[in-house]
Amino acid sequence: MRNYIIKRFLLFFPVIIGVMTLVFLIIHLIPGDPVELMLGENAQISDKEKLRSELGLNKPIIDQYLTFMINAFKGDLGRSIYSQKPVFTTILERFPATLELTLCAIFAALIISLPLGIIAAYRQYSIFDNGSMFLSLLGISIPNFWLGPLLIILFSVMLGWLPVAGRGGISHIILPSITLGTALSSILSRMTRSSMLDSLKEEYVTTARAKGLSENTVVIKHALSNAMIPIITIVGLQSGALLSGAIITETIFSWPGIGRLTIQAINTRDYPLLQGCILIISLSYVVVNLITDILYAYFDPRIKYE
Amino acid sequence: MNNESSKFKVQSSKLIFVGGFVILFLILTAIFAPLMAPYDPKEQNLYEGLNTPDHKHPLGQDRLGRDILSRVIYGSRISLIVGILVVGISSTIGVTIGSISGYVGGKVDEIIMRFCDIVLAFPGILLAIAIMSVLGPSLNNVIIALCAMGWVSYTRLIRAQILSLREREFVVAVDSLGGSSSRIILRHLLPNVISPLIVEATFGMAGTIIAEAGLSFLGLGVQPPNPSWGSMLNEGRQFLLIAPHLTIFPGLAIMITVLGFNFFGDGIRDLMDVKNK
Repeated sequence: MRNYIIKRFLLFFPVIIGVMTLVFLIIHLIPGDPVELMLGENAQISDKEKLRSELGLNKPIIDQYLTFMINAFKGDLGRSIYSQKPVFTTILERFPATLELTLCAIFAALIISLPLGIIAAYRQYSIFDNGSMFLSLLGISIPNFWLGPLLIILFSVMLGWLPVAGRGGISHIILPSITLGTALSSILSRMTRSSMLDSLKEEYVTTARAKGLSENTVVIKHALSNAMIPIITIVGLQSGALLSGAIITETIFSWPGIGRLTIQAINTRDYPLLQGCILIISLSYVVVNLITDILYAYFDPRIKYE
Repeated sequence: MNNESSKFKVQSSKLIFVGGFVILFLILTAIFAPLMAPYDPKEQNLYEGLNTPDHKHPLGQDRLGRDILSRVIYGSRISLIVGILVVGISSTIGVTIGSISGYVGGKVDEIIMRFCDIVLAFPGILLAIAIMSVLGPSLNNVIIALCAMGWVSYTRLIRAQILSLREREFVVAVDSLGGSSSRIILRHLLPNVISPLIVEATFGMAGTIIAEAGLSFLGLGVQPPNPSWGSMLNEGRQFLLIAPHLTIFPGLAIMITVLGFNFFGDGIRDLMDVKNK
């Protein structure tokens, strides 16, 4: 177990450095002058030179890279061109909103998918099983940039029950959470079904039944508790992926998180801010994956590092 | 078990049939778009902007009075072209690198796999968004950006398959008879990884179509006036409260197409699982 964690950590740092390097290369080495992209082709040469000097783009690329890496490790991601505020502070201000949305999406996904998956497994090949699996395929196939507007049309425009956009009370987060959590709930319901199917065939379930326990106790206490390990793992791995989905969801619902900040940075050609957003989203994803892997190994000691 | 297996087989065949039908319909729509579309998808009629569906325009008209049905029909071309090119290029890169990684092993494998880890550290379409934000919006750049993130899954799949196959007797036999590495990979290993590759490519088509539409929705992909389902949704978002038909139909086209590919992929995978069992 300890060896696994140490080895997992040793793999974590090269990935972090690799991600930072790739983000740097995308912004700096792709054809085109970033300063021209930010200020436009018709900007004054003096303005271009000033910005180039401010961003350190007049230095050799190796120097720029080393400065970027050293500063990034210190938490200094530069200043936003648009607001002139430190990028790291700007992202930190937006992080709680994205975290809130992601956690609510996971919650929404769990309350939809667990009952669906459990009943589908318990009644394998029944109409309910086929129906719920069709729904889960539908959920994976509905793009969130369509589901979000559809929910707005139904619940905000036609029924007038929920607000169209913005961040506020519980009513504001319902539609964005469902939009972001639908794909996850589809994946989870399939995972729950297959995990429960395996679990229901185990000997300890037969033993529990033989002891005369009620079906509810057998299914929930014995089968589900053992089927939860892979389900929790998927929740962990997919919650990192939700950060990417949040870019679109936050744009649809004007949710003031990192995702919307990323799109704002693209629209205003604020490359230091864009670089920071991409970096923080990727690093959060890598960290969540690392924690999930370690927890998985902790809860299931059969996992060995290969 | 036999009963379960046959139920499974019937269900898989149904999925393949329905999915295959949707895919065939998409291909025919893309090829015969000029014959099927009632109007020119770029033809504007400003006096009829945002008109709701009627007998002349069954899916209504957009802000500039363009016929939505014609734009949805032509939009299938962009989705299909992007899907085929991205999946084709990504899988070719993935098969080549994955074969080398799995067969050669050692340091080469280690370096390739660590690089894959770095690309996979960008969740969803984040890497494509980053590349598109610098390259600028265009169809070619969409294909480049989606290939840049798409090759990894094929590389890992092929590597894993080759790793498990290379120790099998038939490979060891060819190796001991003096067969060259390229011959072993091309003639003996790759034919055995075709089935999982087809499944991955089918799901890849679904993922690519959603990703292209997602980029266009964010304004980073195909630009107007070219009809792309994602950019149509982006335009529709501005008129969500007064003209929801601008949003409903392009999204429906994306969902049905993606559902078709997912059905097809699921069906083939299930059928293969039964065969393997």
